[in-house]
Amino acid sequence: MSVANRSSSSPSQLKSAEPVVALHEINRHFQLGEQTVKALDAVSLELLAGDYVSVMGPSGSGKSTLLNILGLLDRPDAGAYLLNGAPTQDLSEEKRARLRQQNIGFVFQSYHLIPRMSARENIELPLILAGTAPKERARMVSEMLERLGLTARASHLPNQLSGGQRQRVAIGRAIIMKPKLLLADEPTGNLDTQSGADVVTLLEELNTQGITLVVVTHDVELGKRARRQLRMVDGRIQSDLRQSDVSD
Amino acid sequence: MKAPDLLKMVTRTINFGRTRAVLTSLGITIGIAAVALLTSIGEGVRSYVMDEFSQFGARIIAINPGKNVTGGMGGILSTVRPLSLQDAEALRQAPYVEYVVPVVQGAGAIEYKQRTRNVDIFGVSADMPAAWRFAVAQGRFLPRNNDARSSPYAVIGHKVKQELFQGESPLGQLIRIGGMRFRVIGVIEPKGDMLGFDLDDTAYIPADLALDLFNREGLMEVDVIFSPATDSTYMSALIKKMLIQRHGREDFTLITQDQMLTSLNSILSVLTLAVGLLGSISLLVGGVGILTTMTTSVRERTSEIGLLRALGATRAQVLSLFLAEAVTLSTIGGVCGLLLMGVVTALAFLFAPEFPIRPHVPFLLIALLLSSLIGLIAGVVPALQASRLNPIDALRTE
Ligand SMILES: Nc1ncnc2c1ncn2[C@@H]1O[C@H](COP(=O)(O)OP(=O)(O)OP(=O)(O)O)[C@@H](O)[C@H]1O
Ligand SMILES: [Mg+2]
Repeated sequence: MSVANRSSSSPSQLKSAEPVVALHEINRHFQLGEQTVKALDAVSLELLAGDYVSVMGPSGSGKSTLLNILGLLDRPDAGAYLLNGAPTQDLSEEKRARLRQQNIGFVFQSYHLIPRMSARENIELPLILAGTAPKERARMVSEMLERLGLTARASHLPNQLSGGQRQRVAIGRAIIMKPKLLLADEPTGNLDTQSGADVVTLLEELNTQGITLVVVTHDVELGKRARRQLRMVDGRIQSDLRQSDVSD
Repeated sequence: MKAPDLLKMVTRTINFGRTRAVLTSLGITIGIAAVALLTSIGEGVRSYVMDEFSQFGARIIAINPGKNVTGGMGGILSTVRPLSLQDAEALRQAPYVEYVVPVVQGAGAIEYKQRTRNVDIFGVSADMPAAWRFAVAQGRFLPRNNDARSSPYAVIGHKVKQELFQGESPLGQLIRIGGMRFRVIGVIEPKGDMLGFDLDDTAYIPADLALDLFNREGLMEVDVIFSPATDSTYMSALIKKMLIQRHGREDFTLITQDQMLTSLNSILSVLTLAVGLLGSISLLVGGVGILTTMTTSVRERTSEIGLLRALGATRAQVLSLFLAEAVTLSTIGGVCGLLLMGVVTALAFLFAPEFPIRPHVPFLLIALLLSSLIGLIAGVVPALQASRLNPIDALRTE
């Protein structure tokens, strides 16, 4: 495996970066009969380029909702969301899809691979949707497979892969468009310790190379690895801890 | 997304759920085969009938006694003057007229020695073979006669010769038709059936003698064949003018071959269309099958749709993916339907060559287009459903 090697760039050089994401007073409420659930309650947050953020908190505290808002999958009921300095609230659905395609990668707990497509084709999917030329695609996907250590598994279908391999394919798919922002919701939730560690190593390596990484997790050990640790309770950010350095 | 990629994704999906795809397409296959077959048979019947009728040539005008006022058959009005042999003779002198055949038709028994045969009897003129494109196989046809009463000559059809003379040469023999004696001077070449009407089981005698024989006052029809130097509109007008002059009023009806063929053609085309529409009912059923499959498909692949949206697929892309899938399914069905129809046609051609089945390429193309169109229509609702899914809800579905 060629992934574990995160000694290269120092965090200090990333500090000066401008905010990739700025949330201002974001509300996201769900009406359930009589009751209003405040999944996000006046959340403000800035993420800088190269940030490594973990989001923790009890179940139902709004972590996934925050990730969905950040990923432009969901719209806030109130508040402003600036992506690369540009407001996104009033954009059409198709424009948001385009922003998503160019700027944001998703990693899910349950992989969400397409079962009838091989590892290679699953990774290729965003490029196909973006209309990239086949030759260019083939080159990029081959490189990605190499980097993920999955070259030998390229033609395997998802159900022929282990959980860890599936998640690595999903990560490959998430970053093939070279997004600035990588959002992972419980990326290790379905994995055993070893595969989970491999996936985390891969994500951290990507962060080291400059991607802004947000990881939602229940795993305290994993959460502590992040340079910045958010804790959510009842739709609010209860604490926002920054570490000056990565501690193991 | 590029079109080849779209197609590749769609075929991958269809191939993955092969059994379901086959069953879904089967409805369309049967529908298209039914439409294609029915229209091919309709077209076969149409062209068969048209061929049969146009063997008389296109430059023919038939004149019948009586004015066809209400669209029913004329000739029953008491004031109608019969069409006479003199009328026919006068028309013969008109410009551009090549042949004139007065027609008196009836049925009667022909006797030769001890044998008798009931046949159709046509009273005609010497112009008949040229006008109707009948060839004389043996001997000659009725001679031309001017004014004087015709000689009692008869020309017989091929079958009459076979049945009545049984190997003997009929030429010069005397036969008896309804008590009158005729000398056989010729035999017409075999013509076969026309719409179940045996053209070889006939005898031709001079029209004036036929009038006497059937005790008729006037001719049943006069056929005028005109030269290619003019057209049927001009000739109709000319004949009408001449006959009005002779009769004092328009108590006759002209039918040009064009009109005859046109109306026949349109009747048969409508019939073809009607059977085609009947077949389309089965296509409708096939369309419902596609709708069902696509709806199920959208439901099963909800989380996949959510994923596509998360990867940056637009609503339009999701819509086109599912639409393309529906159209591909139905088009596959359509192509298989045409293949099935081709097999049936080939079998018919091998084992029943007379069966009037004639694949009409435009109809086949329309059938194929129709199958794609059905897929498009059946796919719209499920595809819209897919494209309108909220990505988060879709992703949440497992
Ligand atoms: N579509 C929805 N309709 C109604 N309520 C919703 C919806 N989505 C989220 N909620 C509610 O919003 C709150 C926050 O949900 P969210 O999924 O963000 O929690 P979470 O922190 O990710 O929890 P978990 O750790 O269990 O994944 C919950 O109370 C949830 O019931
Ligand atoms: Mg969650």
